Formats: sequence, structure tokens, C-alpha cells
Amino acid sequence: MQPINILTSTAVPLPLPNIDTDQIIPKQFLKRIERTGYGDFLFYDWRYNLDIPDHVEPRRDFVLNKPEYKGSEILIAERNFGCGSSREHAAWAINQYGFRAVIAPSFADIFFSNAGKNGIILAPLTDAEVETLIQRSTANPKHLITINLEAQTVIDDEGFNAHFDMDPFRKYCLLNGLDDIGLTLRHEDDLNNFESKHDNEFWSKPKANEAA
Amino acid sequence: MSTANTTNRQPRTMFEKVWQNHVVAEPAGEPTIIYIDLQLVHEVTSPQAFDGLRLAGRKLRRADRHIATVDHNVPTTSVQDRLVIADQISAAQVNALRKNCAEFGVEFFDVQDANQGIVHMIGPELGATKPGMTIVCGDSHTSTHGAFGALAFGIGTSEVEHVMATQTLPQSKPKTFRINVEGALPYGVTAKDIILDIIGRIGTDGATGYVIEYSGSAIRALSMEGRMTICNMSIEAGARAGMIAPDETTFAYLKGRRFAPKDEAWDRAVEHWRSLVTDRDATFDRELNIDATKLVPTVTWGTSPGMVTTIDGTVPSPEDAKSDADKKSFTRALEYMDLKPGTKLEDIKVDAVFLGSCTNARIEDLRAAAKVVRGHHVATTVRAMVVPGSQKVKHQAEEEGLDLVFKSAGFEWREPGCSMCLGMNPDILQPGERCASTSNRNFEGRQGRGGRTHLLSPEMAAAAAITGHLTDIRKWKHEHAEDFNANQILAPGGSR
Repeated sequence: MQPINILTSTAVPLPLPNIDTDQIIPKQFLKRIERTGYGDFLFYDWRYNLDIPDHVEPRRDFVLNKPEYKGSEILIAERNFGCGSSREHAAWAINQYGFRAVIAPSFADIFFSNAGKNGIILAPLTDAEVETLIQRSTANPKHLITINLEAQTVIDDEGFNAHFDMDPFRKYCLLNGLDDIGLTLRHEDDLNNFESKHDNEFWSKPKANEAA
Repeated sequence: MSTANTTNRQPRTMFEKVWQNHVVAEPAGEPTIIYIDLQLVHEVTSPQAFDGLRLAGRKLRRADRHIATVDHNVPTTSVQDRLVIADQISAAQVNALRKNCAEFGVEFFDVQDANQGIVHMIGPELGATKPGMTIVCGDSHTSTHGAFGALAFGIGTSEVEHVMATQTLPQSKPKTFRINVEGALPYGVTAKDIILDIIGRIGTDGATGYVIEYSGSAIRALSMEGRMTICNMSIEAGARAGMIAPDETTFAYLKGRRFAPKDEAWDRAVEHWRSLVTDRDATFDRELNIDATKLVPTVTWGTSPGMVTTIDGTVPSPEDAKSDADKKSFTRALEYMDLKPGTKLEDIKVDAVFLGSCTNARIEDLRAAAKVVRGHHVATTVRAMVVPGSQKVKHQAEEEGLDLVFKSAGFEWREPGCSMCLGMNPDILQPGERCASTSNRNFEGRQGRGGRTHLLSPEMAAAAAITGHLTDIRKWKHEHAEDFNANQILAPGGSR
């Protein structure tokens, strides 16, 4: 996971609430066994016109296809972003497309967790703050936003200055690009102790009958 | 053992007890490390996790705490189509799981195994899902297992790998939310209607950050199948998990199953399980009371599981939305669904009916649907299919003659899998097709690009297949009272 701290970029506004992971990456791309190569499939059904058989054509009116938003590293959406399926492919697609941060009033639980594992900053701002940023990025695609993870702020050069909440440990992992299997294994003694006791307790055995 | 739970005098919720029983470490300033008793594995969200282990040179710590099966992208058309999967990418994914399970020593229920099925069906069927356990799976509908009083939640692939490597997960502690459903359910109202009503009330992010405990006399009166339907859709309200206290219904379901404890171990287990219920004076961060006697069969009209209305109602207008954001979603959903505000739900015609998914493909669901179907025929304008959730359900249904009821009525009778719930396999809607579905998500394109989904109960799906439009099951039952009541479904091995 790549460390991240300060990100200055234009932003892509996607002003819809409840954007679910089926929209972020449709099911047909979940059959792949690789972890990479999902960026081209981000928002696939919204991004491409698929009405003509065997022909994939970018929809010119969809924001990701507008040349002025190319290269943007920040996505802005409305509440409950990432709801639905647990597919981490959604976080992979967002990341591999080139986004390093998503700003929204709220995020769904599993997506929130998946984003953290992939070095994506999720910055929750108020509805009003998100609305302001959406307006500015819509009016001016060149509008620059700076996210400072260390300071937990989102600012622009038109006086926008907002603070966002973040769990300190999540922040520490993002800042340092840490893989948390390694972090958990710092507690291996605790784990071994716990497991030796827990294994003898009947509630913990998935295969109680066969083990008996 | 269980006495450890009772030495603590502070009244606790069921969630609190299960959580505390699984705390491995509580490092300062970090999430709690929670032990995971069981991880369920399927073909879609596991290949990258197994690869991650290999790349890092890590072992699968506890193969005995993993169970795997194939469900998401296996064809349901025929045994032959499953044994040789035509879609090469799907075939490669299924093969990857086969190889990974062999390499890492995970028990695997392959495509024609008698225990194969949707991963959330087979855990309970095997008795691998038990009260008080922590259960995860790379699938959001893992919340299903909470019906047994387990703490069960869906995770992403990085977390799947984490559990494989450590049998733990770092977790921030969720808040608690009790939804109390009191009273007897009216005629024609099912577990599906309860949960659709709840999601409609609180919204698809209404329970984000919470574990829900469903309680009250209406919940206690439900079978395990009904309880699983409710817990299954907890994620559709944004909840981390849903739980229902274990009771005699739970124990009766589990007794004698393959991985259930036996003899003296069973008695001790039941004693422990009884101790898990929420203490009388325990408090929740949030509570909601629902009067079950006022519930009406419920259907989704839009593109989010929170966009529900009662079957006797009409399609809402964007003006009915509570906020500007909702107004925008309503407008977009109406356009996608090709519906006009004010249209009676019962006037909405369907092209397809899907009876299946981890929400509603258990034996009780098929029995309820078969009762409606018997003696009738699917409308000529409708393509209808039944996809049993597991081999066990399929076998049981065939023993009871339900397959014949469905087939003679013009339903397709399929092999088990996730099928048209998410359309990863060839079972998809065509653009513009409208489907009455017993599944859990009505997102844009969920059942096939351009497809339109109405979520409802198995009985109402069956009635829609016959009439060709969304149908109020209460009226249906009234109109067909004679043959409906006479139409007792055969007992196992019984005769007509």
C-alpha cells in the first residue's frame, strides 16, 4: 500500500446519493482472479454506451469521459457512497482508475474498510460542504482541492476550509502505507494464548461434531 | 466457559457477550483484534486472497475454520453445464478455488457435492453456523448467519486474506440497535415484508455503524428460515450485522446437523447458547418499535432496497421524497424503472419472476410459493424460474414433489446457486425487462444491464408469475381460498 498524506488535484463531481458497488464495478468483472486491471471498468454501465451489440462506446455526457476531468485524483459524491456488495473490486477500480480520495457525507461500512486497505482517503464532510465542492468542481473542472490527511482538512483557494474526522489508527496506516496483517501479527502471543483456550470451548468450533 | 459470561454483573446485550468472548487483544489507540471462528469462502472474493498469502509466503493459519463452496458464477441450467462451464473466465475462477482449497487444505463442497449451495445456505445446513460464533465471508450477505445469534458480517478480499493468515480481524466496535417487532403478522405478511418495511423506514444507511438485534414476539414466532431472511437483508439497511437471540427454534433447527455438537457436548452447548441472550436491563444505543399487526405486504418500486411501498399502494412521486437528494434519486429511479408516479403497484406488469437467492431460496420459501402456484399456470408473457439455494433444498423439494408443482405450472426448475440475484452466471435480465424477484438488491443493472427489479416475498413472486403483474397476496388468497386451503403440500414421502 502506497503511503499518502497531501493530495492536491482537480475533482470529479458525481452528485448522487447511495452509489452502490454494483455501479462502481458491475458483476461481470468480478469473475477475474487478478487484483489489477479494474480501472477501465470503473462505473462501466454509466461510462459506456452498450446498446449496440459488441460495441463499447464512451458516453460523452458522463463526467469521467469529459476531457476536462482527466487525471483527476479526487471523486466527490453524496451520502452513503459504496453501499451494497462487499466486493473489494470497487476499491480496486477506484484506485486503479487513478483516484486517491473520495469526498462524501457518508460511506457504507464494508466499502469504508476496503478503501482503507487500498490506501484511498475517504473524507467525510457535511452535506453543505460537499454541495459547495460539487458546485465548484462542476462550474470549473480545473478547480483544485487539497486534502491534507495529517491535518484532516480539505481546502481550496477560494476560502473553502473543512475538517474531517478520521480514526487515528486508520490515519496512521494510510500515512505510512501499512499492511495490517503484519500489524496483527505483533500480537501473535496474545493470539496463541487466546486460541489455545478458545479451541477448547464448544461455542467456537465450526466443526464441533467431527472434532468430538 | 459459559460461567465466565455470568461473573460480569453489568447487564449486556447479546452482541456485547459475543464480542467479549472473542477479544484477542485491545491494543491502545487501535481497533480491537477479534477472533474469527469460521470463514466461509467462495470463488469470487477469494482468489486474490489466496494469491496474497502465497506472495507473502504466509500459511493459512486454521484451515479447519474455513469452509468453501462455489455459488456466485456457476451455471444453474443443468448438471452438465456446471461440470463443464462454458464461460472460460468463470471456469478459471471455479478452478482456482478448487486448486486453492486443495493446496491450503480447506474443505470444499464442489459444484455437484450434496452439500453445495449458496454459501449462506450451507453454513446453517451443515450446522457449521452456531450461536455465539463470529463468522465472516467475502460477501455482504454474511449477515444471514446472525439469525442463529452469531456475530456474522461481510468483508472485503484484503480482510479475507487477513483472516486466512491470522484467524482474526481488527475491528472497531459497532454500536447497538434493537428493532423490536411486536404482535402477530397479518395474513399474507412474511419475514421479507418485515425487513423491507424496516429498510423503507430507516433507509439504506439507517443502520450504518450498528449491529441490529431483532427482537419481539413477531421475530420469535418466525422459523429459522424467516429469521435468516431478515438478518440477510440487514446489510441493505447499512448494518454491520443483524442478530436474533437463539431459542428453542434455533436449537431444534441445529440438533443432529453434521457439525452440531452431540450428546453431552450438545447439552453444554445449549446451556451456553441460552446464556447469550441480552440481559433484561441491558441498554442499546438506539431502539425502534414496530407494530407487526399493522404491516402490509411490501414491494420495492425503485432502484434501492429502501424505495419500498405497500402492495396496495401507488408509485410515489419525487415530491414525496424527504430531502432534495432523495428527490433526485426518486426522479432517476422512476426513469430507470420506467414508472409513473401514481401508478398502482398491482398494475405493474412483469416479464420475469426469480424465486431464489440467499434471501429466499430455502425450503420454506419454496413450499410457500408452491402453495400459490399449484393448480395454476405461469402467464404466457412471463418467464419464471425457481433456483433452490442449495443441493439439500433442491433434494428436499423434489422429495416433496414441489419441483413437479413448479414445472407443471411452467416454471424452470434449476440447479442451486446465486443465479439471477446478481447475474454473474448466464441468468440475467435483458435491457428493459422487469422482474419480480425474491432476492435482496434492486440496484440499477443488478440482475442484468438495464433490467428492472421489484423485490418481494416468495408468495407474492409466485402470484406475480401467474397473473403477470404485481399481485396483492392477501386478495389472491381470498379469491383462491378454496383451492389454496385444500392445496396442502405433500409431506416428505407422502402421497397426494
